[in-house]
Amino acid sequence: MRDALGVGVAVGLSGFAFGVTSVGSGLTVPQTCALSLLVFTGASQFALVGALAAGGNPLTAAAGAFFLGVRNAFYGLRLSQLLALPRAVRPFAAQWVIDETTAVALAQPTRRAARIGFAVTGLALYVLWNLTTLLGGIGAEAIGDTGAWGLDAAGPAVFLALLAPMLKSGVERSVAGLAVVLGLGLLPVLPAGVPVLVAALAAPAVLWAQGRRGARDEKGVDR
Amino acid sequence: MNVWIAIGATALGCYVVKLIGLLVPAGVLERPVVRRLAALLPVALLAALTAQQAFADGRVLVLDAKAAGLAAAAVALVLRAPFLVVVAVAVVVTAGVRAVTG
Repeated sequence: MRDALGVGVAVGLSGFAFGVTSVGSGLTVPQTCALSLLVFTGASQFALVGALAAGGNPLTAAAGAFFLGVRNAFYGLRLSQLLALPRAVRPFAAQWVIDETTAVALAQPTRRAARIGFAVTGLALYVLWNLTTLLGGIGAEAIGDTGAWGLDAAGPAVFLALLAPMLKSGVERSVAGLAVVLGLGLLPVLPAGVPVLVAALAAPAVLWAQGRRGARDEKGVDR
Repeated sequence: MNVWIAIGATALGCYVVKLIGLLVPAGVLERPVVRRLAALLPVALLAALTAQQAFADGRVLVLDAKAAGLAAAAVALVLRAPFLVVVAVAVVVTAGVRAVTG
């Protein structure tokens, strides 16, 4: 219960931060709300408005947001085994397959509890996320220059807070480091939005390098 | 108009990947390489996005108040501050540095 409250508060505040960031980046309030209603996966939404604000081509911007959303497919995979939803329900349940609902459902002891947990978290967060997006968007419109209030720092801070718990081992840190170098280094030379996509290649590159090293240390020296 | 195209493409793409997870048989995506890659892809994207949004203005690299805000957020994360505090610290420090430096 306390966890549920914590998740709710965090999601509500990120929704608000998203509304502020999106309108601060130059999107209108209806566009901002459409994103929360239709996309409903926070990191992708932040990425999209960031890329559009930087002057990115709409499809390049959408591609970056899309790649961030790919992780939801893997959540869906876990959930489909756990919840065993009827085929007809799946298209409706899909929109709620996100970090938080997956975490709650996976933490439940029985299938029934997992289904209830998924549905309750999904509905509550969907309503909350969209309401707070609207409030943030209207708020940002009211105060005008979001930069003067430091609100343009909310986007990168949200990304950093999402990233930090993922940096569990050297592999993740290498990927992050390489991605930062690629993302910043290529910024002046490639069209807006493209450097992020190139930086995504840090993931397969590090995996490949690790695989080669693994093959060389086949006798299992370092693990 | 461009913004609406981007919104439409993102909404469609993100919905489809969510649905694929629920629909495909388990074996297809369960290969270790695919799972490792899926776990590392957000790491790469989030790292690049964090850096760009903090240190870039359009296509030019800059070091301004946002960098100070992000550094403060990083300290808050190291101190295991909750999500809300991390974002609030970044916003307040950025606004503060901007107010001081004009």
